[in-house]
Amino acid sequence: MSATLERIPWWRDRRVVPWIVQAVVGLALLLVITLLVGNLVRNLTAAGLLLSWRWLGQPASFDVAESLIPFDASMPYWRALLVGLVNSLRVILVGLVGATLLGTAMGMASFSGNGLLRRLARVYVELIRNIPLLLQLLFWYFVVFLALPNGTAAFQLPGIVLSKSGLYLAWFAQGLSWQGPELVNGVWQAPLRLSVEFTALLTGLITYTGAFVAEVVRGGIASVPKGQWEAATSLGLHWSASMRSVVLPQALRVIVPGLNSQYISLAKNSSLAVAVGYVDLYSVSETTLNQTGRALEVFLLLLGSYLIIDLLISAVMNGVNQLVQIRER
Amino acid sequence: MQPSPRWLLTLPLLLAFTLSGCADESGSGGGVQSIKLSTIRGRDKLVCGVDGKLPGFSFLGPDGTYSGLDADTCRAVAAAVLGDPAKVEYRDLNSSERFAALASGEVDMLARNTTMTLSRDSAGGNGISFGPTTFYDGQGVMVPVASGAQTLKDLDGKPICVESGTTTELNLADRMREQGIAYTPLKFQTGDQTYAAYLGGRCVAVTSDRSQLAAKRSSFPKPDEHILLPEVMSKEPLTPASVNGDPAWADAMRWAVFALFQAEELGITKANVAAKVAEAKANKNLADLRRFLGVEGDFGKQLGLPADFVPKTIAAVGNYGEIFERNVGSGSPLKLERAENRLWNQGGLIYSPPFR
Repeated sequence: MSATLERIPWWRDRRVVPWIVQAVVGLALLLVITLLVGNLVRNLTAAGLLLSWRWLGQPASFDVAESLIPFDASMPYWRALLVGLVNSLRVILVGLVGATLLGTAMGMASFSGNGLLRRLARVYVELIRNIPLLLQLLFWYFVVFLALPNGTAAFQLPGIVLSKSGLYLAWFAQGLSWQGPELVNGVWQAPLRLSVEFTALLTGLITYTGAFVAEVVRGGIASVPKGQWEAATSLGLHWSASMRSVVLPQALRVIVPGLNSQYISLAKNSSLAVAVGYVDLYSVSETTLNQTGRALEVFLLLLGSYLIIDLLISAVMNGVNQLVQIRER
Repeated sequence: MQPSPRWLLTLPLLLAFTLSGCADESGSGGGVQSIKLSTIRGRDKLVCGVDGKLPGFSFLGPDGTYSGLDADTCRAVAAAVLGDPAKVEYRDLNSSERFAALASGEVDMLARNTTMTLSRDSAGGNGISFGPTTFYDGQGVMVPVASGAQTLKDLDGKPICVESGTTTELNLADRMREQGIAYTPLKFQTGDQTYAAYLGGRCVAVTSDRSQLAAKRSSFPKPDEHILLPEVMSKEPLTPASVNGDPAWADAMRWAVFALFQAEELGITKANVAAKVAEAKANKNLADLRRFLGVEGDFGKQLGLPADFVPKTIAAVGNYGEIFERNVGSGSPLKLERAENRLWNQGGLIYSPPFR
């Protein structure tokens, strides 16, 4: 018999069958989604809650305590939400840097030859990571920062003033002249002012996430074989030099994937800002929801924003991960 | 003698009543259909959303019982519907949670110092159904005496604490913008956090309904060190509410509250209600009183409530005047004036439509 007569029927053809299966599953999925979305739209229409975005253009008519972009109550809702987003991003970005520095220092300290330093690092990690973040934030804000003195009694260092109303730093004022904080009518003024709400939230996020980062860093360093330490020491390198040039670069490939999830947690935890009166995206959304009654739309925006922020962090960290992997030659 | 055709017309009507009676066996309300009323009777408990941390309105005391004007409103409705003021399950809600809790059916009604506004009432807004206003309030500002502030203008450039998700948050922005006063609003999610930040000295002022400020002040360590500025920034009619979708339940709640107003107008108190009922039963000429107390007529039945819902309610909590004096007036630490909350015939705004 010739080969051409033995044609495989299409229902047994390995080149065809998988495609058919894929198509059927895809079609079924599409059908289910259409059904669900159609159902949702029908029910929402019946309840008079169909998605509408016109409210975004209406004046917000509420004020926000602090904003990096110009804002007043006559501006529309989308602008208010943007103010909240920018404030959220501000605390997330500064928090990421701070938590990384603190966590790396603490993680490295747990390998220090100095016993006091080593134990301090352990106490810090165990204390901070076993207490809920919300409690810590409330502690920092209501117990620590609101107990600070105000006015002339505030803590003052050259160029820095820490008072109940916030942290005031010297910075370039108009005309690029260096200007320090000064007291005007009993209220501190400075070119760079961090509100006490921002400072409390930042402190809480950095110390909390820092403890987890410290553990990731400790795990990374522990993964480097002992022989590497010994080799570095036998070359005559000091502890800090061996850590910096031999151990840490090798530990990074273990550390970076672990950092990714800690960074994402920090971004999500920043939404606890509302507990300490900081105007972040969630706080603005809540006021917006209260005023407009558009629960579904506001929550969709909120979910979308945090999803995008976290995906961006993941993308950046995956890029970093590629960089620190050992190149196989 | 020929039978009148009009007599025949009543036949299908009778039939309809019989059938509807069969369908609604669970309620004692005869023809009144209400899912919410049946639910409340079924579980034998009224779930009432309150603040829970506001002395004078709803406050959980050390003995585990709630007291206050709002709590008594819940009790009055429970007494009207279930005949027992103790059959209330209180649910503490913060400002942002309250409407969601009501809309989802987690609570049957709200008595949570909630301001009635257009957007909260309308079907296109929060879509809730308001009853009669139980407290006419206005927004005020509280400052420490030591700050020396006399008017809103003195707060220029200063931080002001406010609870988010409230009408006061919005009124504050409006009034300050009108008067061109710059200020920093510090928003907190709960009343506790708001007043903790104020007492911690983070804000030079805190704004809310004047009654709430007075109530919170009474629980401060040193109440004398804080004063309310004379300015009244808004109208705040504090009103109990139920869901939009159940008109029969909304009516029952509404008239249970009106009964408190009407009882004060007729001089019926917790102490004399039993005597008044006896008097009404004895004297057929007191038609108004007889109808109000359910001795004759079927007002209770029309609302889907027991016939004697009014005397039960008054016996449980007293009339509106008694509730006011006990919780926020001269008999309480708050010592608020009746002011707008006097009866209409004494120059106030408290007014019950006729029970007729």
